Amino acid sequence: MTVPVTWYLLLAAALFAIGTAGVLTRRNGITIFLSIELMLNAVNLSFVAYSRLLDQLTGQLVVFFVLAVAAAEAAVGLALFIAIYRHRRTIDINRMNLMRW
Amino acid sequence: MEVAIFVIFALLALASAVVVVAHRNPVYSTISLVVTLVSLAVFFILLGAPFIAALQILIYTGAILVLFLFVIMLLNVSEEATHPESGRRIQRWLAILGAVTFALLLGLGVWNGYRGTDFAPMSEELVSLKSLASALFSEYLLPFEIVGLLLLVAIIAATVLARKPPREEGSTP
Repeated sequence: MTVPVTWYLLLAAALFAIGTAGVLTRRNGITIFLSIELMLNAVNLSFVAYSRLLDQLTGQLVVFFVLAVAAAEAAVGLALFIAIYRHRRTIDINRMNLMRW
Repeated sequence: MEVAIFVIFALLALASAVVVVAHRNPVYSTISLVVTLVSLAVFFILLGAPFIAALQILIYTGAILVLFLFVIMLLNVSEEATHPESGRRIQRWLAILGAVTFALLLGLGVWNGYRGTDFAPMSEELVSLKSLASALFSEYLLPFEIVGLLLLVAIIAATVLARKPPREEGSTP
């Protein structure tokens, strides 16, 4: 017996929702970033599941590009956190309410 | 067999995802995300995408999460400070409620749309690295080049942002 399509898609939906809850509830900038990575990966899972369902390679190629964009996003985002930390001595996003200071 | 592997790794992925979101120490969150990503790599193998699974482990857990760990250690932000603010608790519960509603809506859509649909037998073309590579370097060559440019821009941006700001002229060091 093979695993049905719905199980993969439901798992991806659950992981995405957990990531959303993390973005909405946490205040530590790094943890919010990790939650965003979790959401990206949930979407990757559904892309690969669709690629298998429709028997097309496009889903896998999109995952490849998502990986590259996630790497770029992580590099720039973490550099931003380092720059913010240098000014404010914190990365608590509740205390980052000014665009300049 | 396949169902057993799926159930084990799905529970592992969900549990470690909850730990990622709920743990107060970002180092543990990062390590837990490694567990989630490796379980997702198992699903990629089950779905006939072994190359993507290898990339997932190499790039995500090998490069991106190590970068996260470096930054956490650099910034020395171990624990999230707790200072109760008014309205924090209600905000948290509303956020969790919203996320659960979102998951139920997504799940309802998936359930209505794909209930009873089953995977066709896996085709040779889907699994082979050769067809993936030929699609990547012919049909998707332009996006591939653009992604390369994006990575270059990201490297430059990260270097500029994380660099120590240059001292003002005439100011004492």
